[in-house]
Amino acid sequence: MTVELHSGDFDPWEVVRQAEQSIPANARGAASVFVGRMRDFNEDVDVTGLFLEHYPGMTERELERIVAEAEARWPLLGCHVAHRVGDVRPGDALVLVATWSAHRVAARDACSDILERLKHEAPFWKRETLTDGTQRWVEKNTPGF
Amino acid sequence: MTVHVHYFARLREELGRPGEEAELPADDLTVGGLWQHLHHEAPPARLMAAVNQEQATLETPVHDGDEVAYFPPVTGG
Repeated sequence: MTVELHSGDFDPWEVVRQAEQSIPANARGAASVFVGRMRDFNEDVDVTGLFLEHYPGMTERELERIVAEAEARWPLLGCHVAHRVGDVRPGDALVLVATWSAHRVAARDACSDILERLKHEAPFWKRETLTDGTQRWVEKNTPGF
Repeated sequence: MTVHVHYFARLREELGRPGEEAELPADDLTVGGLWQHLHHEAPPARLMAAVNQEQATLETPVHDGDEVAYFPPVTGG
């Protein structure tokens, strides 16, 4: 399991490529990957920037707890979670969840579970900057299902 | 007892400070009771909290030396 926070832009596909090197090649029958990026609109308003606040220490612990609970529930060969913090530009990657398993159901279900729990439990908060320069805190996530 | 209090996101901005060191006469407070003591009003709706960096509720007890954080609903991912 790897959990990491990035304070600058990161390439999620390069992270996946690197992480996959440590998964046994002949056993990794399935990989499931989710990449979330910043849009330049939210609730019909243009957004030019985003600040992602977190709780240093607790954020990492919560992500590790969520992944550990998924590893106890599904037979995973590996899991990599990366999340952006600080100032973000439209198009930048915000979150990466990648899971590997021998079979598709475990990889896919674990990836989905980790992402949804991350969004509802891990201490991150988004503050948007709009085109007129005003800022607003995002009050809630979009529904996952 | 002494408690280390942190505020995050919109709450931090509205209160105008990232946290405070709270000196308390009582040693049997809860997370909700600590908020009442510090702000002289009931905790706001949908307030989330953590004690020593673990998820907590308004009923979670607070002890001397604890780190207590208050924050709005999370919006990561």
